Amino acid sequence: MTVLTYRANPGDVLATAEEKAASPALNKHDVFSVSDLNLWYGEVQALRNINLDLKENEITAIIGPSGCGKSTFIKTLNRMVELVPSVRVSGKILYRGRNILDNSYKVEELRTRVGMVFQKPNPFPKSIYENVAYGPKIHGIRNKKILDEIVEKSLRGAAIWDEVKDRLHENAYGLSGGQQQRLCIARCLAIEPDVILMDEPTSALDPISTLKVEELVQELKKDFSIVIVTHNMQQAARISDKTAFFLNGEVIEFDKTDKIFSNPGDKRTEDYITGRFG
Amino acid sequence: MAVREKFQSDLRELERMLMELGVFADTALRNSIEALETKDTGKAITILEKDKIANKLHEKINDFAVLLIAKQAPVATDLRRIITGIKIADNIERIADFAVNIARSAIKIGNKEHIKPLNRIKKMYELASVMLKMALEAYHHEDTRTAKKIVVMDDEVDVLYDQTVLELLGHYQEDRKATVQIIQLLLVARYLERAADHVTNIAEHIIFLVKGKRYGLNG
Repeated sequence: MTVLTYRANPGDVLATAEEKAASPALNKHDVFSVSDLNLWYGEVQALRNINLDLKENEITAIIGPSGCGKSTFIKTLNRMVELVPSVRVSGKILYRGRNILDNSYKVEELRTRVGMVFQKPNPFPKSIYENVAYGPKIHGIRNKKILDEIVEKSLRGAAIWDEVKDRLHENAYGLSGGQQQRLCIARCLAIEPDVILMDEPTSALDPISTLKVEELVQELKKDFSIVIVTHNMQQAARISDKTAFFLNGEVIEFDKTDKIFSNPGDKRTEDYITGRFG
Repeated sequence: MAVREKFQSDLRELERMLMELGVFADTALRNSIEALETKDTGKAITILEKDKIANKLHEKINDFAVLLIAKQAPVATDLRRIITGIKIADNIERIADFAVNIARSAIKIGNKEHIKPLNRIKKMYELASVMLKMALEAYHHEDTRTAKKIVVMDDEVDVLYDQTVLELLGHYQEDRKATVQIIQLLLVARYLERAADHVTNIAEHIIFLVKGKRYGLNG
């Protein structure tokens, strides 16, 4: 018989005794602990034996050439990858100690804890206010005063409050690309996630907006754990604490960013970050 | 497909300029010792005049390296290659300055008879010059074994320096009239000893370039 026990971490309501026993080495500061993760799209294997521990309040950058499995990897962390038909996954992804690949894990619950920001800003065709209030409303918050507070806090958190506070009820589409992306980050913050996944969040932005988002990401790590996929090597070097280099679905090297960009251990990492890949 | 061809060729250009500076410093050092030995003040003056060539090349290497960093955003070995390039250029330029100092000493000694043949000083120069050539080779081949040999040779230079100082102080006791020459020769010995130290610095930078770790060869 499976014995369910209460877990202290918000969002992680229940964990089985078996799961706890299966991860005795789990560090309480590990947000995600990925082990032996394999993933196939039909017959094509996209991820091979991934083993990574992602720590609390750290920014982890995922780098690698196109098609190496970076985006696939972060989409497994909130199980968005399941939206792709014919996908098959093996291995374990412990989020705060619980295996999210387990059928009993509710995906809705996971996604309130693990938010995501995409490559292109994708605000809803609604007002700035409604974009941010949307998530909390779905979670049943109706009180106008509380919603107002959440909207302001989230927009401040995303470093865009001062730019939009006087036009909260205007359509979000009227914002610039960089502002839209920060609005999307605010929308993500409104549901008070634990982890924020970012899939090339600045690739569609101009250099100034990019730097704003980068500064924001570094601010956010005080309260959140962040995983960011980026094609911009300098961005990974500038903002992340750890960097994972993916190649052909494998993690070639995972280490402190300072080490990866000054003296990487693997020749393939060196070739990639110095632009000698080809 | 080879990528970053332009960057690769820029890195080769950086190395070529460093080699040019290295050969210049080595030649200047040889000329300064020859000027001292043959009491050829004309030759010594030429060394002083030509030093601006080394200074200009040194500046050019620095500017080129700064531009490479700004434009190419190098990381890992590429970054170390450029940073060590700047540091090696600094050390070579100092060696060229020592050649100038030795030329100045040669001018001050003038055509006065040497109190004694300059055997030890010549030996110090030869060692320093071989070390510099080895360092340039080691840089070109990224050869840490040769770089490590340089430190052993630096110890030999240090021993010769100590012996030279003792010998010259002995002369000072015997012949106070030769004070000017003795002071100048003491300085020359000191310049050569320092030049060898700068070559040892270059060897350290080569090891850092290849291994990504620091080795304190100068103690």
